[in-house]
Order: sequence, then C-alpha cells, then structure tokens
Amino acid sequence: MPSQEIDIRYVAKLARIALTDEEVEVFGRQLGDLLGHVEALSELDTASIAATAQVVESRNVEREDVVSGCLERERVLEMAPQAQGVYFRVPRIIAEET
Amino acid sequence: MRPVIEQSAAELARAVGAKEISARDVIEATLAQIDAVDGSVGAYITSLHEMARASALAVDRRIAAGEKMRLAGVPVAVKDNMCLAGTRTTCGSKILGDWIAPYTATAVQRIIEAGGIPVGKSNLDEFAMGSSCENSARGITRNPLALDRVPGGSSGGSAAAVASRQAVVGLGSDTGGSIREPAAFCGVTGFKPTYGRVSRYGLIAFASSLDQIGPLARTVEDAALIYEVMAGHDGMDSTSIDRDVEPAVTAMRSDLRGLRIGIVKEFDTGKLGHEIDALYKRAFADLRKLGADLVDVSLPTAEFGLATYYLIAPAECSSNLARFDGVRYGLRVDGADVGEMYERTRAAGFGPEVKRRILIGTYALSSGYYDAYYVKAQKVRTLIARDFQRAFEECDLIACPAASSPAFGFNAKSDPYSMYLMDYYTIPMSLAGLPALSVPCGSVTGEGAHEPLPMGLQLCGPLFSECALLGAAHAYEQASQHAKEYKLAI
Repeated sequence: MPSQEIDIRYVAKLARIALTDEEVEVFGRQLGDLLGHVEALSELDTASIAATAQVVESRNVEREDVVSGCLERERVLEMAPQAQGVYFRVPRIIAEET
Repeated sequence: MRPVIEQSAAELARAVGAKEISARDVIEATLAQIDAVDGSVGAYITSLHEMARASALAVDRRIAAGEKMRLAGVPVAVKDNMCLAGTRTTCGSKILGDWIAPYTATAVQRIIEAGGIPVGKSNLDEFAMGSSCENSARGITRNPLALDRVPGGSSGGSAAAVASRQAVVGLGSDTGGSIREPAAFCGVTGFKPTYGRVSRYGLIAFASSLDQIGPLARTVEDAALIYEVMAGHDGMDSTSIDRDVEPAVTAMRSDLRGLRIGIVKEFDTGKLGHEIDALYKRAFADLRKLGADLVDVSLPTAEFGLATYYLIAPAECSSNLARFDGVRYGLRVDGADVGEMYERTRAAGFGPEVKRRILIGTYALSSGYYDAYYVKAQKVRTLIARDFQRAFEECDLIACPAASSPAFGFNAKSDPYSMYLMDYYTIPMSLAGLPALSVPCGSVTGEGAHEPLPMGLQLCGPLFSECALLGAAHAYEQASQHAKEYKLAI
C-alpha cells in the first residue's frame, strides 16, 4: 500500500472544501495516522478474493416507463438558497467572450 | 395503571385502540415530559409539539371510525437524518440550514400509517458520523442516566429520548454501530435489521452500502413491533429487499433451548478490564442457564473491520455528501465563481469530522489509490462476511459486547481514532450486512463515575434471522431484567 505524504490541499480541491492552513496541518496529520492504521490490511492476501460492494444479493430494478408523481417543484425550490422562476440560481458558469 | 410515559408501545397501542386512553392524552403526557426534562438532556433538535397534537387528534378520529392500528398513539422520536414532510431536517449539520423536508421517509411514513406519532427530531452526530453526539452542530445531548456523560452516537438523541421517557420508541440509523452503541450507553434496546430490510428512502445517505434504519426501545418486544411495521420492500429504494417479513412480535421466546450461541474467540473480553470481563462472562453464563449451548467460534478477520470500514464508509460518504454544494438546500456562501461558492459553502457548512471523512474518502477513491485502498477494503469485506458465514455453520447466533466501555465523559476522545475504536464490536456485522442488536446486560462503574453505567450485550445472527435474534434477546431480557437496575439522573 502506498504510504507517502498526502497532498491534502489537492485532496481538498477534489472534495471541493476550502481548508484553512491550520486545517491542512491538522487533517493532514490525522489522515496520515488513519492511513497508518489502515496499512494493516496489506497483511491479508486478497489476490484471489472478489470485492464486495453490496452484501445482500440484489439485481437491477426496472419499471414500466410511465409518468408517476414526483415532488412538488415549488416546495423544493422554496428550500433552495436561491431560485429564479422554475430554476435553481447559481453564479455565472459560462463567461461571455471578450 | 403505570404512568403513560412508562408504558410500552404495545401496551399504549392496545389501550388507545380500546379507547381506554386517547392518543391526545398520551401525547400531552409525552410533551409534558419533553418540556420537563429535555432542557437538561437535549435529546431533540426540533420538538414537534403542534404537529404531534394534530396527529393525535387524527389518530383519535381514526380510532373512532373503527380503524385498527398497531401503533395507535405511540410517541416516536425520529432521528434528524430522516425526512418528515413539513419539518426541519438538519442531520445535525449547519449545511442544511433550516431546510424543510418536502417528503416523508418510507420508514417514518409506515410508522405514521400504523398510528405512531413523531414527537421530535432527535440529535445525532453530524450526518451520523460519530459515536457520542458530540459532533452535532446543533448542540450536545446528555446521557439521561449520567448527565456528565455522552449518550453514544450517532443515534444518541433517539436513545436518550427513549431512556428519558420523552418517547416510547425511537428511530435510529446504523452504519457501523450507530443504533447499538447508543442503546448500550443509555440502557435501552437497539436493533439494526439485515441490510435492505427497511427502506432507506428519505434517510439522508451517509454510506449507502451500510446504512440501515432500526428501532430503539425500552423492551425487545417494542423493538420487534417497530421493526415489523417498518420492514418490507419499497419501490422507492432500489436496494430494499423484496422478501416476506416474518412476524417478529410473535417470535418472542421464554428460553434459549436448542440454540447454539457462538462466543467469538478473537473478542477476548479479558482485554476490557476485570469488571467488564466479569459482566460479559456473567451474561454468557446467563444465556447458558436459559438453555443455550455456548460454542466457541472464530472470526479471524474481524479485527480488520475497523480499517476496512474507515475506507469504505468515508468513500461512500465523500460521494453521497457531494450533493451539499450550496445549490439545492440550505446554506450557500457566495464566491467569485461557482467553484469558489462550492468550496466556501462546504467549508462553512460541514464540521471537522465530516470534513475529515470526506477527505479520507476522496483520497481513497482518487486516481492511483483506488485499488490500493478502496478495492482492497472491499475485498477484505468479502473475507469478513465469509468468516461470519463459517461461524454460522457452528452456531445460530453470536454473542459479544456492544461496546468496549460504558458511556464516557464529554471531550474524552479527542483523537479521532480513539472515537472510531468505540465501534470495534459493531462494525464487522455492519460490513457483513447482518442483523444485530444490543440489549441491556447490567452495569459497571465507569472511570470517575458517580453512578453505575449501563452496558449492552450484542447478539447477531445470519442474514434475515431477525425473528430468531429478537426472540432470543427477549428471553434474555425477561430472565435478566437488567433495564430495571438503571436509574435516571433527571
């Protein structure tokens, strides 16, 4: 198992969480500690073992393609931080060409 | 007749159904208890006085119209990670703000249809990540048996509410022990059914391959009743199991004759100190006295459960919690662009434990580490499940501790890993998807404690063995009567 220094700022970027310098230091150390404990798994030979994603056997669920009830749009949008008309409002994503 | 708030769900539903007492009177008595004690316990994030009163009137009308309901008038604490239409649902986090759920979770809906009445949304560790309720952004909950100690977690609010008579039963969710550990700490019964038995629709997801809703109650019979009402297939949850639910309430037993109960060699209680060791030895001996054959079983990979869980659960959490981005619910912190808005919202909205787990999970799933961490953990999960399958060739149920210690004091576990260790005995069953419960098994004098603190005996069975498990727990509970030893500190 890899056990190098974790680039915590890069991981936080992937996770979309802004971290303070103090959090970078504390979380970096704590994650390093945890991964140290996790190293124990490398003792187990799992070369021929299948991965388990789901313990209880399940199959894909299908249904008829018919329209059925769904959440009321107004109720859902009321709870959004910002809404406009029938949309969630977000900061501009695509800039105009200059 | 004993006071209303002391009665079991089964007793209350019968009395309300027979019009010996109205649902309204049951709810008023419960709301009065909430008003009297929740200031010192803090079980609820949101109490639902008005909604509960309206629901009680509706139940009384249904009774008057001749309807039979299995939970008529039963006051229920609902963990605040389950949606209940029209009520604030916070997950113990800041990121949801005052978000009002626009729909009701299937499990909660089934309780309501059976006449059960939600009286409050109970506290939890943020997004159910923790073992003490200290991670909640909405305040702490105190253990009603020892107010200077935690109630356990993450379903600590429901456990504390049930123990302090602020609800007759509580709903919890268990991902790695979040029903069983707080049940043990608060001296009540907590039951996690087989994965997929109870629909997760409307349960705000933490780790989807592990999360399971279950009851907390003051008797095993009540836990069985609530389970029976909630369980069963739901088309709204694609992992919900389409398989008949056998009646659990009628599976109660008075002895354990003919049952082989496995004692796990690797879970040596001698490591837990003399007093706790003696307590569990006594509990195992009591199982034998009730007619069970005790057999030694081995779970060689169970000790790797914790490491496996702390890769799989954070990986799933990092994915599930990606939806909290300041667009659709609750909190938004503005930024120069959409990326900065996401980062600032999540920085302000999530507490340290949630951030830690998202970061671990993101790392374990990131390019270059996915096979080494995430896939490796999933393979070890296979080994752990196989160990249980082998053990269940030798025994019908397994008995072991629910937690390695009684309730601890606030701020006692400052290092995250020491908190994670609280789930050492409950995580392997979660990884294997097995049904498991904690039932009171006595008390010990905790470090620096003024009063004896409850401990829980964990029983676990093969997939879908709910009835055997609850039946056996009932026999032990009735013979031992440990819950009667516990004294409320309020």
